[in-house]
Amino acid sequence: MAAKISQMNINNPENRSALITESDETIVKVEGLKKLFPLTTGMFKRSTSFIHAVDDVDFYIREGESLGLVGESGSGKTTVGKLLVRLLEPTNGHIRMLLDVADQDIARLRGRSLKRFRWHVQMIFQDPYESLNPRRTIFDTVSEPLSVQGIGDIAQREDRVAELLTMVGLAPAETFMFRFPHELSGGQRQRIAIARALIVSPSFVVADEPTSMLDVSIRTGVMNLMRDLADQLGVTYLYITHDLAVARYMTERLAVMYLGKIVEMGETEDVLANPLHPYTRALLSAVPVPDPTLKREPPNIKGSIAKAIDPIPRCRFYDRCPLASRVCEDNDHPPLEEKGPDHWTACYMV
Amino acid sequence: MTDIITKSPALQTTPLATDIPVWRVRLRLLWRGIRTNVALFTENPIGLVGLAIIVVFASLIVIHPILMKSVWDRNVYDPVLGIDLAIPFHPAPPSPEHLLGTDPLGRDVLSQLMHGTRSAFILGSLAAIVNFIVATTIGAIAAYFSGVVDSIFMRIADLVLMMPVITILIVLGSLLNLEMLHLAIVIGILSGLGGTTIIIKSQALTIKVRTYIEAARVAGGNDFHIIFKHIVPNLLPLSFLYMTFTVSAAIAIEAVLSFFGILNIRMSWGVMIHTTQYAGYLLDMSKWWLIFPSSVSISLLTAAFYLVGRALDEIVNPRLRKR
Amino acid sequence: MTDYLLKVEDLTMHYMTRTGEVSAVDNVSFALRKGESMGLVGESGCGKTSIAATLLKLLPENAKVKSGKVLVNGTELLSLSEEEMRSIRWKRISMVFQAAMNSLNPVYKVGDQIIEALENHNMISSNEEARKRVEDLFLLVDLDPKMMDQYPHEYSGGMRQRAVIAMAMACHPDLIIADEPTTALDVIVQDNLLREMTAIQKKLGMSMIYISHDIAVIAEVSDRIGVMYAGRLVEYGSAKQIFKRPLHPYTHGLMSTFPSIVGPKRELKTMPGEPPDLINPPSGCRFHPRCPKAQQICSQQAPEFRDLSGDHYVGCYFPMEVTFDGG
Repeated sequence: MAAKISQMNINNPENRSALITESDETIVKVEGLKKLFPLTTGMFKRSTSFIHAVDDVDFYIREGESLGLVGESGSGKTTVGKLLVRLLEPTNGHIRMLLDVADQDIARLRGRSLKRFRWHVQMIFQDPYESLNPRRTIFDTVSEPLSVQGIGDIAQREDRVAELLTMVGLAPAETFMFRFPHELSGGQRQRIAIARALIVSPSFVVADEPTSMLDVSIRTGVMNLMRDLADQLGVTYLYITHDLAVARYMTERLAVMYLGKIVEMGETEDVLANPLHPYTRALLSAVPVPDPTLKREPPNIKGSIAKAIDPIPRCRFYDRCPLASRVCEDNDHPPLEEKGPDHWTACYMV
Repeated sequence: MTDIITKSPALQTTPLATDIPVWRVRLRLLWRGIRTNVALFTENPIGLVGLAIIVVFASLIVIHPILMKSVWDRNVYDPVLGIDLAIPFHPAPPSPEHLLGTDPLGRDVLSQLMHGTRSAFILGSLAAIVNFIVATTIGAIAAYFSGVVDSIFMRIADLVLMMPVITILIVLGSLLNLEMLHLAIVIGILSGLGGTTIIIKSQALTIKVRTYIEAARVAGGNDFHIIFKHIVPNLLPLSFLYMTFTVSAAIAIEAVLSFFGILNIRMSWGVMIHTTQYAGYLLDMSKWWLIFPSSVSISLLTAAFYLVGRALDEIVNPRLRKR
Repeated sequence: MTDYLLKVEDLTMHYMTRTGEVSAVDNVSFALRKGESMGLVGESGCGKTSIAATLLKLLPENAKVKSGKVLVNGTELLSLSEEEMRSIRWKRISMVFQAAMNSLNPVYKVGDQIIEALENHNMISSNEEARKRVEDLFLLVDLDPKMMDQYPHEYSGGMRQRAVIAMAMACHPDLIIADEPTTALDVIVQDNLLREMTAIQKKLGMSMIYISHDIAVIAEVSDRIGVMYAGRLVEYGSAKQIFKRPLHPYTHGLMSTFPSIVGPKRELKTMPGEPPDLINPPSGCRFHPRCPKAQQICSQQAPEFRDLSGDHYVGCYFPMEVTFDGG
């Protein structure tokens, strides 16, 4: 496999497509993904209760598109992102990706193959004030994926960093390279984080609320940059956000999560225009609208989000659902079903 | 593997304009960092007082060999073997020849004091370096791996904290032939394994959960890379702080042990007090020049390092700053 | 003059820092009628929280009010002593902070904390009366009165924010300043809370100042909107006017960069540059380095904050003429 990789030019999307063995263009396929967090931890204590952070989730992402993952805090969306970049180890399930490590289940990679996997899959974090080490220069930070993977010598890394900094709009690059994070603004820092993620030319990037900490006037710049780079470099995103309006602009497809479950998934515009699941509807109607003449109806939902601690086998949304009935209580959480063309929802009542 | 870099099409269009090699830029950055920290340090009078005292003592170390080579006769002024036969009775009070008098064995107290300063500095800095290496490494490793590794090191720390350090050193000193180097290493390890480790570890725990640690892991960094490139550099300020406290502790401990005469050290401030006590002049205030120079020096130098530590504390913990 | 509850005139406030003087609030003037709600919108560091802190005189030590007046019902606040100010805080003006957890003391029961606030202002005579008042307040913000004997950590984020709002309303103030009250909350909780706050405000006839970076939130809750940029109020008018016809290029820019889930999906414009460093703010109009309409005069002299079209103030030489049509 090593020989195969060394022949490859990661920068060239054509070469990568040669690796695709299946006929469809799915780059990420997740099956039955599960992550439980034990509630009591300790050396000798056995945990009996678990938080079902991600509970039996299936989805796929096509190459070059970006899938939005939306939901409230505690819905498990960030956990999904961390599982896909293997910052967390799944309790159960399979993750398949069309990379040159594709013959293995991503969920079970270890050692050298896990390190190689990191060439192809990167992550952009939410808080640019937290995700850059304050004691390392911008050059150190951006070149880190290269240096830990042992790619290129110092001069080559320097050139590559300069190239990436120019690409993310921090030009002239040499004025930024040897600064420290605290000398940069929030928007500039997030651009640095984007440059770090893209320096190994990954095919798949998990972006965890990359613009939620940024100011409005700067946010769109970063959003547009991410879109442009995706087109230019052929990057596929999993875009995690709590903001449906941002998801609308950043994603082609959308998955809505509630308490560790995907409750609805489909084309972004389709989901936003014709939400099927009662939770998606509530979420949509709660989004404030920048128009003082418009009076929205209050969202049709009860109570507030709970924690998925050893959930009862019934629909996760049962307690808050306006449509809840006998079926929803007697059966386990409904499976995702295709209710329209590529429009999936998990609800007995629609 | 270099394909990523060499075949990148945009590369030719954006060559780096600077020709300055990376190491020079790094040096310049380091210098700039030092300058800002020095600026912060100099704003604090406490730190400056401490630093001034340290500089005065440090200059004694430099002056002593020069004096020995030039004006001071080795037979008379050697801190260990010298004796002034011109004076009939020792200890002799301060005089133009012996600015701080002579000790019961006829040796020059000033010369002893200057020589002892060197011992104090060597001992203090060695102990501090050992403490630094032990505490920072163990603290970072315990915090990073947590679980069993953490439990083992923390139990060791508890044990060390419970042990009476002085008593143990007295026993060790009686059993073994403890020299300065050994003493420094023992003090460094004991202080490093004990309280300092616990403090460094708690700081490392706050660094471990920062997002840039996750980012480093996504970049492909292994445990070693994350501990030594990300966690340890962020621990350095606190580690330096505890180094200064270790210096103070080491000097004080040496004085105590020398007082009991169980160290194989030829001359130090502690030995000076020991000689005084041995000759029965410890509480004889009319022979003040025997006890005061060394004891005042011990107090001053330990206080000075402590003051510098406090001033560093304000740089390390910005919350303590006035603005 | 009498129908204005709050009048702020030429307020200028600086922070003295190690690196220089930060011009956090510069020449800000606005007025708010009784019973009206006002939204103060702007990016982080634009001075909106500093204004709130100045109104309550809760400024840090290094802050210095350079000039200006703050009149509440005709009383000038800035010249009041700390003693006199304490009787106005909570009773006349109160505040809801962004981090609800920090406003609640974790070691006391939530109900007791509200009772204490009431006692401090001699609002109650007996313990039963106090509990009754707290019960009413809890009902008002849609919290179960049984929860008053629980500790803050037993509350969820939304419930904590409700408790803080209940506390802010305990003494029936004329004005509540809410600094990013819902920023840390999820949309559904946010919606719920905003609806309740608006309802209570209208019911009790209080005035309200909402501070937020989210223009959509501001649009939903405010009668009047003030837009801040780099320490200056650049536009102030009724919500409808501002959204229909933003006059300042910055306001216009903000609206066209803001993604929305309603209406057709339009291209998002980007605003060039970044907000300036307030230690060395740009000369003249502080927005001129980023402004598409900037001319020479903009960098020379700060424009006057003037009433352009019937109670719609703007600080710009070349206000936008176009109506905002969503792009």
